[in-house]
Amino acid sequence: MSDNLVLEAKSVSKFFGTITALQNVDLHLNKGEVLGVVGDNGAGKSTLMKVLSGLYKPSEGSLFFDKEKVTLNSPRDSQNLGLEMVYQDLALAGNLPIGDNIFLGREPTRKVGPFNFLDHKKRKQLTEEHLAKLKINVKSADQKVEELSGGQRQAVAIARATAFNAKIVLMDEPTAALAVKEVGKVLDLILNLKKLGVSVIVISHRMDDIFTVCDRVMALFQGTNFAESELKNTSRDEVIGWIMGKKD
Amino acid sequence: MDHGEKRLMDKSQETLFVRLIPFFERYGILLLILIMIAVLHLLQPDVFLSWRNVTNIFKQVSWQSMLALGVFMVIVTAGIDLSVGSIIMLSLMGLAIASKAGMPWYVVMLVAPAIGFLCGMFNGIGITLLRMPHPFIMTLGTLYIFRGIGNLISGGVPITGFAEQIRVIGNGKIKLDVFFGEGAREYIPTSLILMIVIFFIFWVFLNHTRIGKWIYAIGGNPGAARAAGINVDRILIVVYTLCGFLAGIGGLILAGRTNSAYPNAGLQSELDAIAAVIIGGASFFGGRGTVLGVFAGVMIMGILRNGLNLMNVSVFWQQVLIGSIIILAVYIDVLRRQLATRT
Repeated sequence: MSDNLVLEAKSVSKFFGTITALQNVDLHLNKGEVLGVVGDNGAGKSTLMKVLSGLYKPSEGSLFFDKEKVTLNSPRDSQNLGLEMVYQDLALAGNLPIGDNIFLGREPTRKVGPFNFLDHKKRKQLTEEHLAKLKINVKSADQKVEELSGGQRQAVAIARATAFNAKIVLMDEPTAALAVKEVGKVLDLILNLKKLGVSVIVISHRMDDIFTVCDRVMALFQGTNFAESELKNTSRDEVIGWIMGKKD
Repeated sequence: MDHGEKRLMDKSQETLFVRLIPFFERYGILLLILIMIAVLHLLQPDVFLSWRNVTNIFKQVSWQSMLALGVFMVIVTAGIDLSVGSIIMLSLMGLAIASKAGMPWYVVMLVAPAIGFLCGMFNGIGITLLRMPHPFIMTLGTLYIFRGIGNLISGGVPITGFAEQIRVIGNGKIKLDVFFGEGAREYIPTSLILMIVIFFIFWVFLNHTRIGKWIYAIGGNPGAARAAGINVDRILIVVYTLCGFLAGIGGLILAGRTNSAYPNAGLQSELDAIAAVIIGGASFFGGRGTVLGVFAGVMIMGILRNGLNLMNVSVFWQQVLIGSIIILAVYIDVLRRQLATRT
Protein backbone atom coordinates (compact mmCIF):
# COMPACT_ATOMS: atom_id res chain seq x y z
CA MET A 1 0.00 0.00 0.00
CA SER A 2 1.13 3.54 -0.66
CA ASP A 3 3.26 5.66 1.65
CA ASN A 4 0.59 8.30 1.79
CA LEU A 5 -1.64 6.39 4.16
CA VAL A 6 -3.25 8.79 6.65
CA LEU A 7 -6.00 6.65 8.10
CA GLU A 8 -6.56 2.95 8.29
CA ALA A 9 -9.11 0.70 9.98
CA LYS A 10 -8.24 -2.98 10.23
CA SER A 11 -10.95 -5.64 10.67
CA VAL A 12 -13.18 -3.36 12.72
CA SER A 13 -16.28 -4.93 14.21
CA LYS A 14 -19.00 -3.23 16.20
CA PHE A 15 -21.71 -5.08 18.08
CA PHE A 16 -24.73 -3.56 19.78
CA GLY A 17 -25.97 -6.38 21.99
CA THR A 18 -26.89 -9.18 19.61
CA ILE A 19 -26.85 -6.90 16.57
CA THR A 20 -23.74 -6.88 14.42
CA ALA A 21 -23.41 -3.42 12.88
CA LEU A 22 -19.91 -3.97 11.44
CA GLN A 23 -18.06 -7.23 10.85
CA ASN A 24 -14.30 -7.21 10.08
CA VAL A 25 -14.46 -4.02 8.04
CA ASP A 26 -11.25 -2.65 6.51
CA LEU A 27 -10.83 0.90 5.31
CA HIS A 28 -7.86 2.95 4.22
CA LEU A 29 -7.47 6.54 3.14
CA ASN A 30 -4.55 8.27 1.44
CA LYS A 31 -3.41 11.87 1.68
CA GLY A 32 -5.49 14.13 -0.55
CA GLU A 33 -7.78 11.32 -1.53
CA VAL A 34 -11.56 11.46 -1.66
CA LEU A 35 -13.10 8.16 -0.70
CA GLY A 36 -16.80 7.51 -1.30
CA VAL A 37 -18.56 5.13 1.03
CA VAL A 38 -21.83 3.74 -0.30
CA GLY A 39 -24.32 1.24 0.98
CA ASP A 40 -27.99 0.75 1.67
CA ASN A 41 -29.63 2.03 4.85
CA GLY A 42 -28.33 -0.06 7.72
CA ALA A 43 -25.24 -1.19 5.83
CA GLY A 44 -23.07 0.28 8.59
CA LYS A 45 -21.78 3.48 6.93
CA SER A 46 -22.70 5.82 9.75
CA THR A 47 -21.52 3.36 12.40
CA LEU A 48 -18.16 3.14 10.63
CA MET A 49 -17.87 6.94 10.56
CA LYS A 50 -18.70 7.11 14.27
CA VAL A 51 -16.00 4.54 14.99
CA LEU A 52 -13.48 6.56 12.95
CA SER A 53 -14.39 9.80 14.74
CA GLY A 54 -14.17 8.23 18.19
CA LEU A 55 -17.86 8.52 19.04
CA TYR A 56 -18.12 4.71 19.20
CA LYS A 57 -15.42 2.38 20.40
CA PRO A 58 -14.91 -0.57 18.06
CA SER A 59 -15.77 -3.94 19.64
CA GLU A 60 -12.89 -5.51 17.74
CA GLY A 61 -10.19 -4.31 15.37
CA SER A 62 -7.88 -1.33 15.42
CA LEU A 63 -7.42 2.15 14.00
CA PHE A 64 -4.24 3.69 12.64
CA PHE A 65 -3.63 7.41 12.16
CA ASP A 66 -0.49 8.10 10.12
CA LYS A 67 0.35 4.41 10.50
CA GLU A 68 0.31 4.64 14.27
CA LYS A 69 -2.14 2.59 16.23
CA VAL A 70 -4.50 4.75 18.28
CA THR A 71 -7.34 4.31 20.74
CA LEU A 72 -10.01 6.97 20.53
CA ASN A 73 -12.02 7.69 23.66
CA SER A 74 -14.02 10.63 22.33
CA PRO A 75 -14.37 12.80 19.23
CA ARG A 76 -11.96 15.19 20.96
CA ASP A 77 -9.21 12.58 20.54
CA SER A 78 -9.77 12.25 16.80
CA GLN A 79 -9.92 16.04 16.46
CA ASN A 80 -6.53 16.28 18.11
CA LEU A 81 -5.23 13.82 15.50
CA GLY A 82 -6.57 16.07 12.73
CA LEU A 83 -9.86 14.34 11.94
CA GLU A 84 -13.03 16.41 11.82
CA MET A 85 -16.58 15.29 11.25
CA VAL A 86 -19.18 17.39 9.45
CA TYR A 87 -22.44 16.48 11.12
CA GLN A 88 -25.54 15.75 9.09
CA ASP A 89 -27.57 18.18 11.21
CA LEU A 90 -24.69 20.68 10.66
CA ALA A 91 -24.32 21.66 14.34
CA LEU A 92 -24.36 25.41 13.73
CA ALA A 93 -25.89 28.15 15.86
CA GLY A 94 -28.18 30.08 13.50
CA ASN A 95 -28.25 33.19 15.68
CA LEU A 96 -24.48 33.67 15.41
CA PRO A 97 -22.49 35.05 12.48
CA ILE A 98 -20.45 32.81 10.18
CA GLY A 99 -17.15 33.66 11.85
CA ASP A 100 -18.48 32.97 15.34
CA ASN A 101 -19.69 29.57 14.18
CA ILE A 102 -16.42 28.63 12.53
CA PHE A 103 -14.47 29.47 15.69
CA LEU A 104 -17.10 28.44 18.26
CA GLY A 105 -15.33 26.95 21.27
CA ARG A 106 -11.91 27.93 19.86
CA GLU A 107 -12.28 31.70 19.63
CA PRO A 108 -9.15 33.78 19.17
CA THR A 109 -8.63 35.99 22.22
CA ARG A 110 -6.29 38.72 23.34
CA LYS A 111 -5.09 39.44 26.84
CA VAL A 112 -5.91 42.75 28.50
CA GLY A 113 -4.37 42.72 31.95
CA PRO A 114 -5.51 39.54 33.68
CA PHE A 115 -8.53 39.12 31.38
CA ASN A 116 -8.96 37.33 28.08
CA PHE A 117 -11.19 39.18 25.66
CA LEU A 118 -12.46 38.04 22.28
CA ASP A 119 -10.31 39.31 19.44
CA HIS A 120 -13.09 40.30 17.05
CA LYS A 121 -10.69 41.72 14.49
CA LYS A 122 -8.55 38.62 14.35
CA ARG A 123 -11.57 36.32 14.13
CA LYS A 124 -12.96 38.32 11.23
CA GLN A 125 -9.62 38.32 9.46
CA LEU A 126 -9.06 34.57 9.97
CA THR A 127 -12.62 33.87 8.83
CA GLU A 128 -12.22 35.87 5.65
CA GLU A 129 -8.88 34.24 4.88
CA HIS A 130 -10.25 30.77 5.48
CA LEU A 131 -13.38 31.35 3.39
CA ALA A 132 -11.23 32.74 0.60
CA LYS A 133 -8.92 29.74 0.77
CA LEU A 134 -11.88 27.40 0.37
CA LYS A 135 -13.41 29.71 -2.27
CA ILE A 136 -16.63 30.03 -0.28
CA ASN A 137 -18.63 33.06 -1.36
CA VAL A 138 -20.78 34.83 1.20
CA LYS A 139 -21.83 38.45 1.45
CA SER A 140 -19.95 38.99 4.67
CA ALA A 141 -18.30 36.98 7.42
CA ASP A 142 -20.65 38.78 9.80
CA GLN A 143 -23.77 37.35 8.20
CA LYS A 144 -25.84 35.25 10.56
CA VAL A 145 -25.97 31.57 9.66
CA GLU A 146 -29.79 31.52 9.78
CA GLU A 147 -29.79 33.96 6.87
CA LEU A 148 -27.84 31.53 4.68
CA SER A 149 -29.11 28.98 2.21
CA GLY A 150 -28.76 25.26 2.89
CA GLY A 151 -25.71 25.01 0.65
CA GLN A 152 -24.02 27.98 2.29
CA ARG A 153 -24.69 26.45 5.70
CA GLN A 154 -23.12 23.21 4.54
CA ALA A 155 -20.14 25.24 3.34
CA VAL A 156 -19.85 26.95 6.74
CA ALA A 157 -20.01 23.55 8.46
CA ILE A 158 -17.19 22.33 6.22
CA ALA A 159 -15.25 25.54 6.81
CA ARG A 160 -15.68 25.00 10.54
CA ALA A 161 -14.39 21.45 10.26
CA THR A 162 -11.29 22.55 8.35
CA ALA A 163 -10.47 25.81 10.13
CA PHE A 164 -7.82 24.17 12.30
CA ASN A 165 -5.81 22.41 9.63
CA ALA A 166 -7.77 19.19 9.62
CA LYS A 167 -6.03 16.43 7.65
CA ILE A 168 -9.10 14.23 7.36
CA VAL A 169 -12.72 15.32 7.01
CA LEU A 170 -15.66 12.94 7.29
CA MET A 171 -18.90 14.01 5.64
CA ASP A 172 -22.18 12.24 6.17
CA GLU A 173 -24.54 12.92 3.23
CA PRO A 174 -23.22 16.46 2.59
CA THR A 175 -25.68 17.10 -0.25
CA ALA A 176 -28.76 15.29 1.03
CA ALA A 177 -30.71 18.36 2.16
CA LEU A 178 -29.65 20.72 -0.62
CA ALA A 179 -31.39 22.32 -3.55
CA VAL A 180 -30.10 20.98 -6.87
CA LYS A 181 -28.30 24.20 -7.80
CA GLU A 182 -26.40 24.18 -4.49
CA VAL A 183 -25.12 20.62 -4.73
CA GLY A 184 -22.49 21.65 -7.27
CA LYS A 185 -21.03 24.29 -4.97
CA VAL A 186 -20.58 21.81 -2.14
CA LEU A 187 -18.98 19.29 -4.50
CA ASP A 188 -16.60 22.01 -5.73
CA LEU A 189 -15.74 22.67 -2.12
CA ILE A 190 -14.84 19.01 -1.59
CA LEU A 191 -12.59 19.11 -4.66
CA ASN A 192 -10.98 22.26 -3.24
CA LEU A 193 -10.21 20.45 0.00
CA LYS A 194 -8.59 17.69 -2.02
CA LYS A 195 -6.42 20.25 -3.80
CA LEU A 196 -5.35 21.58 -0.42
CA GLY A 197 -4.16 18.10 0.49
CA VAL A 198 -7.03 17.22 2.81
CA SER A 199 -8.31 13.65 2.74
CA VAL A 200 -12.08 13.31 2.63
CA ILE A 201 -14.49 10.47 3.25
CA VAL A 202 -17.92 11.12 1.78
CA ILE A 203 -20.97 9.06 2.57
CA SER A 204 -23.55 9.57 -0.12
CA HIS A 205 -26.53 7.96 -1.77
CA ARG A 206 -26.17 10.12 -4.84
CA MET A 207 -24.16 8.57 -7.65
CA ASP A 208 -23.62 12.05 -9.11
CA ASP A 209 -21.75 13.06 -5.94
CA ILE A 210 -19.65 9.92 -5.91
CA PHE A 211 -18.73 10.15 -9.57
CA THR A 212 -17.96 13.88 -9.41
CA VAL A 213 -15.63 14.04 -6.42
CA CYS A 214 -14.35 10.60 -5.47
CA ASP A 215 -11.10 8.90 -6.40
CA ARG A 216 -12.18 5.59 -5.02
CA VAL A 217 -15.43 4.07 -3.87
CA MET A 218 -16.10 1.32 -1.37
CA ALA A 219 -19.40 -0.39 -0.70
CA LEU A 220 -20.61 -1.82 2.57
CA PHE A 221 -23.30 -4.47 2.61
CA GLN A 222 -24.87 -5.74 5.82
CA GLY A 223 -21.94 -4.52 7.87
CA THR A 224 -19.16 -6.04 5.77
CA ASN A 225 -16.78 -4.92 3.03
CA PHE A 226 -18.61 -5.81 -0.15
CA ALA A 227 -16.68 -4.23 -3.00
CA GLU A 228 -14.11 -1.53 -3.67
CA SER A 229 -12.66 0.05 -6.75
CA GLU A 230 -10.80 3.02 -8.17
CA LEU A 231 -13.47 5.21 -9.65
CA LYS A 232 -12.06 4.99 -13.14
CA ASN A 233 -12.44 1.20 -13.11
CA THR A 234 -16.12 1.10 -12.32
CA SER A 235 -19.46 2.46 -13.46
CA ARG A 236 -22.58 3.87 -11.92
CA ASP A 237 -24.56 0.76 -12.68
CA GLU A 238 -21.96 -1.42 -11.03
CA VAL A 239 -21.87 0.73 -7.88
CA ILE A 240 -25.67 0.76 -7.70
CA GLY A 241 -25.53 -3.01 -7.96
CA TRP A 242 -23.10 -3.14 -5.02
CA ILE A 243 -25.48 -1.09 -2.90
CA MET A 244 -28.17 -3.69 -3.58
CA GLY A 245 -25.77 -6.54 -2.86
CA LYS A 246 -25.21 -7.66 -6.46
CA LYS A 247 -21.78 -8.45 -7.84
CA ASP A 248 -20.81 -10.03 -11.16
CA MET B 1 -42.76 43.26 -17.88
CA ASP B 2 -41.27 39.84 -18.35
CA HIS B 3 -41.11 37.32 -15.62
CA GLY B 4 -37.42 37.52 -14.85
CA GLU B 5 -37.48 41.28 -14.45
CA LYS B 6 -40.43 41.13 -12.07
CA ARG B 7 -38.70 38.57 -9.91
CA LEU B 8 -35.61 40.74 -9.77
CA MET B 9 -37.63 43.70 -8.56
CA ASP B 10 -39.37 41.69 -5.83
CA LYS B 11 -36.00 40.54 -4.67
CA SER B 12 -34.55 44.04 -4.36
CA GLN B 13 -37.62 45.29 -2.49
CA GLU B 14 -37.40 42.40 -0.12
CA THR B 15 -33.73 42.92 0.61
CA LEU B 16 -34.33 46.60 1.34
CA PHE B 17 -37.09 45.62 3.78
CA VAL B 18 -34.98 42.87 5.31
CA ARG B 19 -32.10 45.30 5.58
CA LEU B 20 -34.22 47.68 7.64
CA ILE B 21 -35.09 44.97 10.16
CA PRO B 22 -31.72 44.88 11.94
CA PHE B 23 -31.76 48.68 12.04
CA PHE B 24 -35.08 48.71 13.86
CA GLU B 25 -34.01 45.78 15.94
CA ARG B 26 -31.09 47.80 17.19
CA TYR B 27 -32.40 51.34 17.39
CA GLY B 28 -36.18 51.09 17.20
CA ILE B 29 -36.44 50.70 20.94
CA LEU B 30 -34.45 53.88 21.62
CA LEU B 31 -36.75 55.64 19.20
CA LEU B 32 -39.70 54.41 21.24
CA ILE B 33 -38.19 55.82 24.43
CA LEU B 34 -37.59 59.20 22.81
CA ILE B 35 -41.21 59.28 21.63
CA MET B 36 -42.45 58.39 25.11
CA ILE B 37 -40.30 61.12 26.65
CA ALA B 38 -41.50 63.68 24.11
CA VAL B 39 -45.17 62.82 24.61
CA LEU B 40 -44.92 62.85 28.41
CA HIS B 41 -43.00 66.12 28.31
CA LEU B 42 -45.77 67.66 26.24
CA LEU B 43 -48.44 66.34 28.58
CA GLN B 44 -46.61 67.27 31.81
CA PRO B 45 -44.18 70.05 30.80
CA ASP B 46 -43.41 71.20 34.36
CA VAL B 47 -43.07 67.87 36.08
CA PHE B 48 -41.94 65.03 33.84
CA LEU B 49 -38.46 66.20 32.90
CA SER B 50 -37.77 67.85 36.24
CA TRP B 51 -34.61 66.73 38.00
CA ARG B 52 -36.63 65.35 40.88
CA ASN B 53 -38.85 63.20 38.67
CA VAL B 54 -36.07 61.88 36.44
CA THR B 55 -33.91 60.83 39.38
CA ASN B 56 -36.99 59.25 40.90
CA ILE B 57 -37.45 57.11 37.80
CA PHE B 58 -33.83 55.99 37.93
CA LYS B 59 -34.00 55.17 41.63
CA GLN B 60 -37.14 53.13 41.00
CA VAL B 61 -35.70 51.15 38.08
CA SER B 62 -32.24 50.61 39.58
CA TRP B 63 -33.16 47.55 41.65
CA GLN B 64 -35.61 46.25 39.04
CA SER B 65 -32.94 46.55 36.37
CA MET B 66 -30.69 44.12 38.29
CA LEU B 67 -33.41 41.47 38.08
CA ALA B 68 -34.01 42.20 34.41
CA LEU B 69 -30.31 41.93 33.57
CA GLY B 70 -30.03 38.55 35.28
CA VAL B 71 -33.22 37.20 33.76
CA PHE B 72 -32.03 38.47 30.38
CA MET B 73 -28.93 36.27 30.46
CA VAL B 74 -31.09 33.31 31.43
CA ILE B 75 -33.53 34.02 28.60
CA VAL B 76 -30.64 34.26 26.12
CA THR B 77 -29.90 30.61 26.94
CA ALA B 78 -33.58 29.88 26.15
CA GLY B 79 -34.23 29.37 29.87
CA ILE B 80 -36.30 31.24 32.43
CA ASP B 81 -35.85 32.25 36.05
CA LEU B 82 -39.08 32.78 37.97
CA SER B 83 -37.38 32.89 41.35
CA VAL B 84 -35.60 36.26 41.17
CA GLY B 85 -38.41 38.09 42.99
CA SER B 86 -38.06 35.61 45.84
CA ILE B 87 -34.27 35.80 45.76
CA ILE B 88 -34.43 39.57 46.21
CA MET B 89 -36.73 39.10 49.21
CA LEU B 90 -34.59 36.35 50.77
CA SER B 91 -31.36 38.31 50.30
CA LEU B 92 -33.04 41.40 51.74
CA MET B 93 -34.20 39.42 54.78
CA GLY B 94 -30.76 37.88 55.21
CA LEU B 95 -29.23 41.35 55.09
CA ALA B 96 -31.74 42.64 57.65
CA ILE B 97 -31.07 39.79 60.04
CA ALA B 98 -27.32 40.22 59.74
CA SER B 99 -27.81 43.93 60.39
CA LYS B 100 -30.04 43.30 63.40
CA ALA B 101 -27.48 40.82 64.77
CA GLY B 102 -25.07 43.73 64.94
CA MET B 103 -22.64 42.59 62.27
CA PRO B 104 -20.37 45.34 60.88
CA TRP B 105 -21.78 47.13 57.82
CA TYR B 106 -19.24 45.70 55.38
CA VAL B 107 -20.30 42.15 56.31
CA VAL B 108 -23.98 43.09 56.08
CA MET B 109 -23.32 44.53 52.65
CA LEU B 110 -21.89 41.22 51.40
CA VAL B 111 -24.75 39.14 52.77
CA ALA B 112 -27.33 40.04 50.13
CA PRO B 113 -25.18 39.34 47.03
CA ALA B 114 -23.84 36.17 48.68
CA ILE B 115 -27.33 34.82 49.35
CA GLY B 116 -28.34 35.71 45.79
CA PHE B 117 -25.26 33.93 44.48
CA LEU B 118 -26.06 30.75 46.40
CA CYS B 119 -29.74 30.79 45.44
CA GLY B 120 -28.82 31.20 41.76
CA MET B 121 -26.28 28.40 41.98
CA PHE B 122 -28.93 26.18 43.54
CA ASN B 123 -31.20 26.90 40.54
CA GLY B 124 -28.40 26.20 38.09
CA ILE B 125 -27.43 22.92 39.72
CA GLY B 126 -31.06 21.80 39.83
CA ILE B 127 -31.57 22.56 36.15
CA THR B 128 -28.40 20.82 34.98
CA LEU B 129 -27.29 18.10 37.38
CA LEU B 130 -30.75 17.09 38.59
CA ARG B 131 -31.91 17.05 34.96
CA MET B 132 -35.10 19.00 35.62
CA PRO B 133 -37.07 18.92 32.37
CA HIS B 134 -37.32 22.72 32.13
CA PRO B 135 -35.93 25.71 34.08
CA PHE B 136 -39.52 26.87 34.49
CA ILE B 137 -40.22 24.00 36.88
CA MET B 138 -37.05 24.31 38.94
CA THR B 139 -37.39 28.06 39.39
CA LEU B 140 -41.13 27.85 40.01
CA GLY B 141 -40.25 25.55 42.88
CA THR B 142 -37.57 27.87 44.23
CA LEU B 143 -39.93 30.85 43.82
CA TYR B 144 -41.92 29.32 46.69
CA ILE B 145 -38.93 27.88 48.56
CA PHE B 146 -36.86 31.10 48.72
CA ARG B 147 -39.75 33.30 49.81
CA GLY B 148 -40.77 30.67 52.33
CA ILE B 149 -37.27 30.60 53.80
CA GLY B 150 -37.25 34.40 53.85
CA ASN B 151 -40.41 34.40 55.94
CA LEU B 152 -39.14 31.59 58.17
CA ILE B 153 -35.94 33.41 59.10
CA SER B 154 -37.69 36.75 59.64
CA GLY B 155 -40.84 35.41 61.26
CA GLY B 156 -42.84 37.05 58.48
CA VAL B 157 -42.53 40.55 59.89
CA PRO B 158 -40.72 43.59 58.48
CA ILE B 159 -37.29 44.50 59.85
CA THR B 160 -36.31 48.15 59.57
CA GLY B 161 -33.32 50.40 60.10
CA PHE B 162 -29.97 49.78 58.43
CA ALA B 163 -26.53 51.36 58.75
CA GLU B 164 -25.89 54.51 56.75
CA GLN B 165 -23.26 52.73 54.65
CA ILE B 166 -25.94 50.28 53.47
CA ARG B 167 -28.51 52.97 52.80
CA VAL B 168 -26.16 55.00 50.64
CA ILE B 169 -26.20 52.34 47.89
CA GLY B 170 -29.91 52.59 47.24
CA ASN B 171 -30.59 56.07 48.49
CA GLY B 172 -27.32 57.99 48.25
CA LYS B 173 -27.02 61.29 46.42
CA ILE B 174 -23.99 62.58 44.61
CA LYS B 175 -24.28 66.36 44.92
CA LEU B 176 -23.66 68.42 41.84
CA ASP B 177 -22.69 71.64 43.58
CA VAL B 178 -19.76 71.94 41.22
CA PHE B 179 -22.11 72.41 38.27
CA PHE B 180 -25.11 74.04 39.87
CA GLY B 181 -23.52 76.16 42.59
CA GLU B 182 -23.33 75.80 46.36
CA GLY B 183 -26.39 74.18 48.00
CA ALA B 184 -27.98 73.14 44.70
CA ARG B 185 -30.75 70.56 44.88
CA GLU B 186 -29.64 68.72 41.75
CA TYR B 187 -27.95 65.38 42.37
CA ILE B 188 -27.22 62.00 40.79
CA PRO B 189 -28.49 58.92 42.67
CA THR B 190 -25.72 56.50 43.70
CA SER B 191 -27.91 53.64 42.51
CA LEU B 192 -27.89 55.09 38.98
CA ILE B 193 -24.09 55.02 38.92
CA LEU B 194 -24.09 51.47 40.25
CA MET B 195 -26.64 50.43 37.61
CA ILE B 196 -24.58 51.94 34.78
CA VAL B 197 -21.37 50.31 36.02
CA ILE B 198 -22.99 46.87 36.35
CA PHE B 199 -24.68 47.11 32.96
CA PHE B 200 -21.36 48.06 31.41
CA ILE B 201 -19.56 45.13 33.06
CA PHE B 202 -22.19 42.69 31.81
CA TRP B 203 -22.15 44.23 28.36
CA VAL B 204 -18.42 43.51 28.21
CA PHE B 205 -18.97 40.04 29.61
CA LEU B 206 -21.63 39.08 27.06
CA ASN B 207 -20.03 40.68 24.00
CA HIS B 208 -16.31 40.44 24.55
CA THR B 209 -15.63 37.19 26.38
CA ARG B 210 -15.74 33.59 25.25
CA ILE B 211 -18.26 32.62 27.93
CA GLY B 212 -20.50 35.46 26.78
CA LYS B 213 -20.33 34.17 23.21
CA TRP B 214 -21.07 30.64 24.41
CA ILE B 215 -24.16 31.88 26.29
CA TYR B 216 -25.55 33.14 22.99
CA ALA B 217 -24.48 29.93 21.21
CA ILE B 218 -26.31 27.79 23.76
CA GLY B 219 -29.45 29.83 23.18
CA GLY B 220 -29.08 29.46 19.42
CA ASN B 221 -28.37 25.73 19.31
CA PRO B 222 -27.30 23.80 22.41
CA GLY B 223 -26.38 20.84 20.22
CA ALA B 224 -23.94 22.99 18.24
CA ALA B 225 -22.45 24.30 21.47
CA ARG B 226 -21.91 20.75 22.72
CA ALA B 227 -20.42 19.66 19.40
CA ALA B 228 -18.00 22.60 19.70
CA GLY B 229 -16.75 21.14 22.97
CA ILE B 230 -18.51 23.67 25.20
CA ASN B 231 -19.53 22.36 28.61
CA VAL B 232 -23.14 23.52 28.36
CA ASP B 233 -24.11 22.49 31.89
CA ARG B 234 -21.25 24.45 33.41
CA ILE B 235 -22.15 27.58 31.45
CA LEU B 236 -25.79 27.26 32.49
CA ILE B 237 -24.78 27.03 36.16
CA VAL B 238 -22.68 30.19 35.69
CA VAL B 239 -25.64 31.98 34.08
CA TYR B 240 -28.17 31.10 36.80
CA THR B 241 -25.63 31.88 39.53
CA LEU B 242 -24.97 35.33 38.03
CA CYS B 243 -28.71 35.88 37.74
CA GLY B 244 -29.14 35.12 41.44
CA PHE B 245 -26.13 37.29 42.28
CA LEU B 246 -27.67 40.24 40.43
CA ALA B 247 -30.95 39.69 42.28
CA GLY B 248 -28.89 39.84 45.49
CA ILE B 249 -27.43 43.18 44.38
CA GLY B 250 -31.02 44.26 43.71
CA GLY B 251 -31.82 43.30 47.29
CA LEU B 252 -28.96 45.45 48.52
CA ILE B 253 -30.18 48.46 46.52
CA LEU B 254 -33.74 47.92 47.71
CA ALA B 255 -32.53 47.74 51.34
CA GLY B 256 -30.99 51.18 50.97
CA ARG B 257 -34.00 52.60 49.20
CA THR B 258 -36.67 51.43 51.62
CA ASN B 259 -34.54 51.13 54.79
CA SER B 260 -36.50 48.01 55.59
CA ALA B 261 -36.91 44.35 54.72
CA TYR B 262 -40.53 43.33 54.30
CA PRO B 263 -42.25 40.04 53.45
CA ASN B 264 -43.75 41.32 50.19
CA ALA B 265 -40.49 42.73 48.83
CA GLY B 266 -40.01 41.85 45.19
CA LEU B 267 -43.41 40.18 44.95
CA GLN B 268 -44.13 39.57 41.25
CA SER B 269 -41.05 41.53 40.29
CA GLU B 270 -39.84 38.45 38.37
CA LEU B 271 -42.70 39.10 35.97
CA ASP B 272 -41.72 42.76 35.59
CA ALA B 273 -38.18 41.60 34.87
CA ILE B 274 -39.31 39.16 32.19
CA ALA B 275 -41.55 41.86 30.72
CA ALA B 276 -38.67 44.35 30.54
CA VAL B 277 -36.44 41.78 28.84
CA ILE B 278 -39.09 40.90 26.27
CA ILE B 279 -39.99 44.55 25.60
CA GLY B 280 -36.25 45.19 25.23
CA GLY B 281 -36.21 42.94 22.18
CA ALA B 282 -34.77 39.71 23.55
CA SER B 283 -36.27 36.61 22.03
CA PHE B 284 -38.00 34.27 24.44
CA PHE B 285 -36.71 31.43 22.25
CA GLY B 286 -33.15 32.28 23.22
CA GLY B 287 -29.99 33.46 21.48
CA ARG B 288 -31.20 36.96 20.75
CA GLY B 289 -31.13 40.27 22.61
CA THR B 290 -28.75 42.95 23.82
CA VAL B 291 -27.79 44.49 27.15
CA LEU B 292 -28.73 47.91 25.76
CA GLY B 293 -32.13 46.46 24.89
CA VAL B 294 -32.63 45.31 28.47
CA PHE B 295 -31.74 48.77 29.71
CA ALA B 296 -34.25 50.22 27.26
CA GLY B 297 -36.89 47.70 28.30
CA VAL B 298 -36.41 48.59 31.95
CA MET B 299 -36.59 52.30 31.13
CA ILE B 300 -39.77 51.86 29.09
CA MET B 301 -41.45 50.08 31.99
CA GLY B 302 -40.19 52.74 34.42
CA ILE B 303 -41.14 55.73 32.26
CA LEU B 304 -44.52 54.24 31.47
CA ARG B 305 -45.37 53.64 35.14
CA ASN B 306 -44.05 57.06 36.14
CA GLY B 307 -45.84 58.86 33.33
CA LEU B 308 -49.12 57.12 34.01
CA ASN B 309 -48.81 57.95 37.70
CA LEU B 310 -48.19 61.60 36.87
CA MET B 311 -51.28 61.55 34.67
CA ASN B 312 -53.28 60.00 37.52
CA VAL B 313 -54.06 56.95 35.41
CA SER B 314 -55.31 54.13 37.62
CA VAL B 315 -53.06 51.19 38.43
CA PHE B 316 -55.58 48.95 36.71
CA TRP B 317 -55.13 50.75 33.40
CA GLN B 318 -51.37 50.58 33.88
CA GLN B 319 -51.61 46.81 34.10
CA VAL B 320 -53.66 46.67 30.91
CA LEU B 321 -51.17 48.90 29.08
CA ILE B 322 -48.04 47.04 30.18
CA GLY B 323 -49.64 43.73 29.27
CA SER B 324 -50.52 45.05 25.82
CA ILE B 325 -46.99 46.27 25.25
CA ILE B 326 -45.56 42.83 26.11
CA ILE B 327 -47.86 41.12 23.62
CA LEU B 328 -47.06 43.68 20.95
CA ALA B 329 -43.31 43.30 21.52
CA VAL B 330 -43.49 39.52 21.23
CA TYR B 331 -45.68 39.75 18.15
CA ILE B 332 -43.03 41.91 16.51
CA ASP B 333 -40.48 39.21 17.41
CA VAL B 334 -42.69 36.56 15.79
CA LEU B 335 -43.00 38.63 12.60
CA ARG B 336 -39.27 39.22 12.54
CA ARG B 337 -38.53 35.52 12.82
CA GLN B 338 -40.95 34.73 10.02
CA LEU B 339 -39.22 37.24 7.77
CA ALA B 340 -35.78 35.95 8.69
CA THR B 341 -36.59 32.33 7.89
CA ARG B 342 -38.40 33.19 4.66
CA THR B 343 -35.36 34.63 2.93
